Amino acid sequence: MTLTAQRKRPPSPSASARSDKKPFRVQLKQDRQMLLMMVPGILFLLLFFYLPILGNVIAFQDYQPFLGIKDSEWAGWQNFVDLFSNPDFLHALWNTLYLAAWQLVFLFPVPLVLALIVDSLMSMRIRRIFQSIAYLPHFLSWVLVIALFQQMLGGAGFINNTLRQFGLDAIPFMTNPDTFPVLVVAQMIWKDAGWAMIIFLAALASIDVSLYEAAAADGAGRWRRMWHITLPGLRPVIILLLILRIGDILSVGFEQFILQRDAVGAGAAEVLDTFTYYTGVVGGGWSSGAAAGLAKGVVSLVLIWAANALAHKFGEDGIFARKVR
Amino acid sequence: MSTLTTETTTTSATGGRPDGSLSARRSARGRAAVMRDSQRPAWKERPSALYQSVKAVILVLFSASILVPILLVVSTSLADDRQLAQAGGFVLWPERPTFKAYETIFAGPMVISSLGVSAFITIIGTVLALFVTITMAYATSRPVLFGRPVILAVLFTLLFAPGLIPSFLMIRQLGLLDSLWSLILPGIFGAFNFVVMRSFFMNIPAELIESARIDGASDWQILWRIVLPLSKAVIAVVGLFYAVAFWNSFFNALLYINDHAKWPIQLLLRNFVVQGSGAADGLGVSSVPPSQSIQMAVVVVALVPILLVYPFLQKHFTKGVLTGAVKG
Repeated sequence: MTLTAQRKRPPSPSASARSDKKPFRVQLKQDRQMLLMMVPGILFLLLFFYLPILGNVIAFQDYQPFLGIKDSEWAGWQNFVDLFSNPDFLHALWNTLYLAAWQLVFLFPVPLVLALIVDSLMSMRIRRIFQSIAYLPHFLSWVLVIALFQQMLGGAGFINNTLRQFGLDAIPFMTNPDTFPVLVVAQMIWKDAGWAMIIFLAALASIDVSLYEAAAADGAGRWRRMWHITLPGLRPVIILLLILRIGDILSVGFEQFILQRDAVGAGAAEVLDTFTYYTGVVGGGWSSGAAAGLAKGVVSLVLIWAANALAHKFGEDGIFARKVR
Repeated sequence: MSTLTTETTTTSATGGRPDGSLSARRSARGRAAVMRDSQRPAWKERPSALYQSVKAVILVLFSASILVPILLVVSTSLADDRQLAQAGGFVLWPERPTFKAYETIFAGPMVISSLGVSAFITIIGTVLALFVTITMAYATSRPVLFGRPVILAVLFTLLFAPGLIPSFLMIRQLGLLDSLWSLILPGIFGAFNFVVMRSFFMNIPAELIESARIDGASDWQILWRIVLPLSKAVIAVVGLFYAVAFWNSFFNALLYINDHAKWPIQLLLRNFVVQGSGAADGLGVSSVPPSQSIQMAVVVVALVPILLVYPFLQKHFTKGVLTGAVKG
């Protein structure tokens, strides 16, 4: 979604005055203030992104905090071998994939459906009011979202309170491990479905109205128009979002799980990220935590690359338009 | 083609502008601030009643699911003991609103100090983040030495994450554990905001910048005197995004901060509301109002700043998001 913005535009004539075919030294002198401007950002990238990436070497070590990275012993692939024979890790992996599948199937279509409904509204006023409401939860923190859910659905929450007043049994919405995937997806829909609608709405607005008109003139009904015009028009956006979703699929929703792990138990809420946190930071198993984190990062990168390659194969731009740079 | 003023979005046209061409019928109904509704084109059939009502139900349910919990929490935090006892814990509308719960939580040290921490990291963080993002985005928005590799280095952050443990070790190595800077520094640059900002800068005509340079302005002067005054809207958007992110950040505090006095409001919220036990004790206050309304009051305190900036956010964000998203 974002990277396509990098498509290079044809250089305007005056812009070329600055760059191109000057000796390196001259250009360095000319650009020195611009280069100075990059320094804070580059420092940030080094300190909080690229150096930590190198820090992943501890995944191949038996890292001891008091020895540091330099003096800790090397362990080769042992941490990864241990990891994949660790039932807790395998369980976390399974949970991650299971929840990811839930999200892909039940979460992904919701913003699209909402956008189609909103787009079909004739009244601008209703449309605006709905959008104002629907975007709001995106800006609330996960802590706040879980707190609100708890006040509504928790054991002492509004709904269970009401049920009890009518003499009914309380329903453990928030603590039942079996229904946890439903809860997680519901929370995600509540928080972000409205927000995710924006991108679909923009795509819908850019579909040429005359296509609909022509189709209607040829006798195509509402559903045929949606099938043959709307959905194909949305295809690039859908594919783009799917790719991003797939690259992100192993991070099923970290804060959400860490916040609710105590309530539903590690059985249902342990995912790769929480495993990394509890093994590494809480449990002091730095190396196995790092190994789990690294495995996840690399697999995500491969997934996003594969999804993108697949998109290209089907003639879509994907995240990197092919001829960008 | 100035992207920020494109018409791609339906929401960007906020605020009802008075429209003279509106039908007399509608103005007679006395609706204030109406926007131009799109007319149903002749080729479009009227949707069936069933279809219409299904749509309405979905929209109403979705909106209610968002509004009701917020209303419930705010109302309960304002309700007095008597009404709470009658209603059995929750009220949808406070009959005799009282600020007792708020007086109680602000009497103890925890809520005030955590609000202070959150305000500090939000303000300092946003200022720093804007500085880093603006300089980086401007420098790479012009054809400049090392521009490409730097952009690629930024974009790669969108595809890969260094991982939790190495980041934690880095913060520890820098000696930032239990320091508020551990909550600020990791958040002062975001690739998405960078992309939004950069694509805005790229749309500033090169002629403008070249002519300033011919007049002898340095790159810093150009950025400060020419580019920034033209970019107020995008700076507002990106600044608000950063501010919301800092205000909402919770996990970094969980990772890096042990000292209770340095907890931001989100961590306080997690420990005393989400985990729920002994709210009054934990907040260092004596519980006169029922603990329910104290918990709600803490939720509202974390919620209100977002609700306050939301109108501003909403006015601008669609443009901002789409600037980054729509192919420029």
